Amino acid sequence: MSEKATPAFVMTKEQEEKVQQVIAKYKDTDGALIPVLHEVQEIIGYLPLEVQKVISEGIGVPVSEIYGVVTFYTQFSINPKGKYKIGVCLGTACYVKGSGDILEKIKQIIGIDVGECTADGKFSLEATRCIGACGLAPVFTVNDDVYGRLVVDDVEGILAKYMD
Amino acid sequence: MELARAHVLVCGGTGCTSSGSEKIINALEASLKEKNLENEIKVVRTGCFGLCALGPIMIVYPEGVFYSMVTPEDIPEIVEEHFLKGRVVKRLVYKETLTEDEGVKSLNEVDFYKNQMRIALRNCGVINPEDIEEYIAYDGYKALGKVLTEMKPQEVIDEIKKSGLRGRGGAGFSTGMKWQFTADAPGEQKFVACNADEGDPGAFMDRSVLEGDPHSLIEAMAIAAYAVGADRGFVYIRAEYPIAVKRLNIAIEQAREYGLLGKNIFGTDFSFDMELRLGAGAFVCGEETALMTSIEGHRGEPRPRPPFPAVKGLWQKPTLLNNVETYANITAIINNGADWFNTIGTEKSKGTKVFAVGGKINNTGLVEVPMGTTLREVVYDIGGGIPNGKQFKAAQTGGPSGGCIPAHLIDTPIDYDNLTAIGSMMGSGGLIVMDEDTCMVDIAKFFLEFTVDESCGKCTPCRVGTKRLLEILNKITEGKGTLEDIDKLEELCYAIKDSAFCGLGQTAPNPILSTLKYFRDEYIAHVVDKKCPAGVCKALVSYKIDPEKCKGCSLCARNCPVGAISGKIKEPYVIDTDKCIKCGVCESACKFKAISK
Repeated sequence: MSEKATPAFVMTKEQEEKVQQVIAKYKDTDGALIPVLHEVQEIIGYLPLEVQKVISEGIGVPVSEIYGVVTFYTQFSINPKGKYKIGVCLGTACYVKGSGDILEKIKQIIGIDVGECTADGKFSLEATRCIGACGLAPVFTVNDDVYGRLVVDDVEGILAKYMD
Repeated sequence: MELARAHVLVCGGTGCTSSGSEKIINALEASLKEKNLENEIKVVRTGCFGLCALGPIMIVYPEGVFYSMVTPEDIPEIVEEHFLKGRVVKRLVYKETLTEDEGVKSLNEVDFYKNQMRIALRNCGVINPEDIEEYIAYDGYKALGKVLTEMKPQEVIDEIKKSGLRGRGGAGFSTGMKWQFTADAPGEQKFVACNADEGDPGAFMDRSVLEGDPHSLIEAMAIAAYAVGADRGFVYIRAEYPIAVKRLNIAIEQAREYGLLGKNIFGTDFSFDMELRLGAGAFVCGEETALMTSIEGHRGEPRPRPPFPAVKGLWQKPTLLNNVETYANITAIINNGADWFNTIGTEKSKGTKVFAVGGKINNTGLVEVPMGTTLREVVYDIGGGIPNGKQFKAAQTGGPSGGCIPAHLIDTPIDYDNLTAIGSMMGSGGLIVMDEDTCMVDIAKFFLEFTVDESCGKCTPCRVGTKRLLEILNKITEGKGTLEDIDKLEELCYAIKDSAFCGLGQTAPNPILSTLKYFRDEYIAHVVDKKCPAGVCKALVSYKIDPEKCKGCSLCARNCPVGAISGKIKEPYVIDTDKCIKCGVCESACKFKAISK
């Protein structure tokens, strides 16, 4: 567990209600855990331990197992994500066309490493697997916006749009 | 149904959506409305056309005019000129479709499409994937009807066996045999499943089928379920493919409404329904037993085989698992017969294969060709060759499990057995082209970084072994390697191949073994000469200024972040290699191309 004493995460009433709805929806489904985690992460943005405990009680799977599943899959995160989630594609097509350099440039501009979130909570950075836009390689995404056919010099201008 | 004077097909695949096709559709609809043409011109959002590099793409029928790289600003001009005045906007037409006498030819006559044969992708870019009626109009669900009303399950299996279809997910196992094993396995409850967890970085053919023709998967899974005696189906699909998930869900709903999923399909005793399960980003889940463990809600770790999924699969019940592209061939085989399918391809690899062609090539995109087509045809005739006049160095197939095909083997006919024989593999069909600027040691390192990251950790050879391989590769690319390291690398590769638990670990050394086989001199250059011939590995690169070309403008010195460049104005400058951090800023700053690696 984290060595820093972070305050416990508390869900808002609205979040709690939505999470319970998800649990009710999947309670009797075979292999419910992963769909539940997907939908709960959609509601809260990430999956802190406190939320994993709620899921555990709801669907009757031990927290240890839930933690194991959450940390196994890259889609799930136990850390909060930034307001703008940057994902740099490191699929083969993008890599061959220089996405490694794009990633370095982004790191340099926003000052964080892969898997981290800026202190103001604005940006988080991920190196993603192939997003399937290989025709536009190299690409990176900011939330749902996709930027393709990039050269390193494009990066600054694109990120400036989110700096406000 | 309303009749429209013209149909505008706009690609709504992931590639074109990423390059802004939604904005094109919005602009188009607004502009048509403004000119009161909305009832005359119908806008259809289709799946992938394949030519992703030219996106956003739109095609206007009946003429078949192909507009590429369209922007929203171009739309009013297209509507005004083309739809109102009947004059094609030549400026925006894909130049390959323009004939010498200023006419416009059909897309099918263009090099990119002319040499292709579309079976799995037959409906992609042709129909609206969110409308079941359009699928039915293209013979959709005819094969399911035929199978349920005219054929016995064993007859269906025999037909698939006879067709010679092999699994398109990578290993190339006989599809008919797989169906037979599942059908023969004892048990009341059986499942069919589809592997749509396209994890090979650089492959996106499955996504295109899901986005462009989702009903073909549903229909094929229903046929498979009938053949093996299952009544429930699961599609394990990547969460990274939101458009595919949405369209498949719409398609399943529509199929239920039309009675093509559910109870007593076509008035027979056969009942079948299916659901989606989202993957969560783990490459190992492409391995069949890991995929099933994941559907069951656990960490996606592989299980021992045997028992094979055909005997004990999902929840220990007999389960048939095929990949998307494999299923996409099924209805075509049923409709046209195994004998037809048999005439396409090579002796042991029948039919076609879809390749996602990417990397250093002009026409990146999806290409479907008969088995036995040579790599040269794919790269040069269809792919349009290598950009910027560079030399073809190698093509990588099979992703992190595959290997390289070097330039001297470019005339190899591509099929399962030929690729395996030269040390690569078909894999799911990613085909990444590399030119002289690609370092083969760096590429091997790239794939090993991937497998180290994706190793599930269950078995030691894969968990620890791949990490050791990567460490040696890092040492080599940093210029600290020795010749013994190369031997050690090779030895460890074979040890991992022999001892890893599942396919991921067993194939993880392939990118190293195949680059060692064909590009050993590059490894040796890294360790003996301490040079990276392609100029990629930063630690081994040194920048120098050509005194002949240098005009002494001082731009490089002013841009250097560490003050490593010095000199006098109007005299050649020099780089202090001890201070240089090899960032490459000087090279891109120089206007006279005087700085090189």
